[in-house]
Amino acid sequence: MSTHNHTEEHHTGLRVYVAVCLALFVLTVVTVYIAKFDFGDFNIVVAMFIASIKASIVALYFMHLKFEDKLTWIYALYPLFLLFLLIGFTLMETFTRVPVIK
Amino acid sequence: MSSTAEHAEGHAHGHGLGETVTHNAAKFGMWLFLGTEILLFGGLFAAYALFRAKFPDLFYESHKKLDITLGAVNTIVLIFSSFTMALAVSASQKRNRKWLIILLAVTFICGAAFGVNKYFEYSAKFHHHIFPETNIFFALYFMMTGLHMLHVFVGMGIIFALIIMAKQGRFKEGNRYTPVEVGGLYWHLVDLIWIYLFPLLYLIG
Repeated sequence: MSTHNHTEEHHTGLRVYVAVCLALFVLTVVTVYIAKFDFGDFNIVVAMFIASIKASIVALYFMHLKFEDKLTWIYALYPLFLLFLLIGFTLMETFTRVPVIK
Repeated sequence: MSSTAEHAEGHAHGHGLGETVTHNAAKFGMWLFLGTEILLFGGLFAAYALFRAKFPDLFYESHKKLDITLGAVNTIVLIFSSFTMALAVSASQKRNRKWLIILLAVTFICGAAFGVNKYFEYSAKFHHHIFPETNIFFALYFMMTGLHMLHVFVGMGIIFALIIMAKQGRFKEGNRYTPVEVGGLYWHLVDLIWIYLFPLLYLIG
């Protein structure tokens, strides 16, 4: 954590916040629109990809992660790694389980 | 953290610990807490992934009973409230009390609108005899959106407290605006989780 003389203030301009908000609105409309098409298993991939873009810009700009130090980044990303392990291994187990034939 | 810098700063301003240290420690603490929140919802996301992989057809058929329009409207409302919260933090940094209170109030109202919308959604489901025990999709739907709703209410409580503090003049020149920034982080996380819940529950292709 940095120790400069004064509290760091991130004066992100109003324009940036408006742009981020509009981008989030547009991506919401896109995600609703795309869901109407059937890409099979690809639908969930596209939906999660768009959600992740939205989540990233919320974290970077609204939550000021862009201006945070390394330690905050590590603690922001570490739970995502744990989540990846949790969901990844759960799905691996589900998809590789072979039904027992009696 | 260098202790000499901390020391020098403490003397210069007479606040004991430096302002920056206190401010950054509070923010860092909130980030740590948000990590535990992500893992709290993470268990439910894992359950969702497991059951959707097992019963894809059930999830597809059940999700059709949800109202996409209401879900999309709530998404827009929550994103807009995150936007006004970000502006509120900005106003507190500039020590603009009037706008801080206005923006916090707008954020609070958006949270309330989200709650009202969700109330109508839940009532419609109950009216059609859809309950958490209907099937695993609705069990997850009610659990995930219910836990999220609880977070919206807690967030609204925090924002209400911030409005009172702002009215008392707690964020004036020379005072820390840390509570606004830390409360803002919490509110943004609530938005962030909904960003995933919306496509997972309402938009199964």
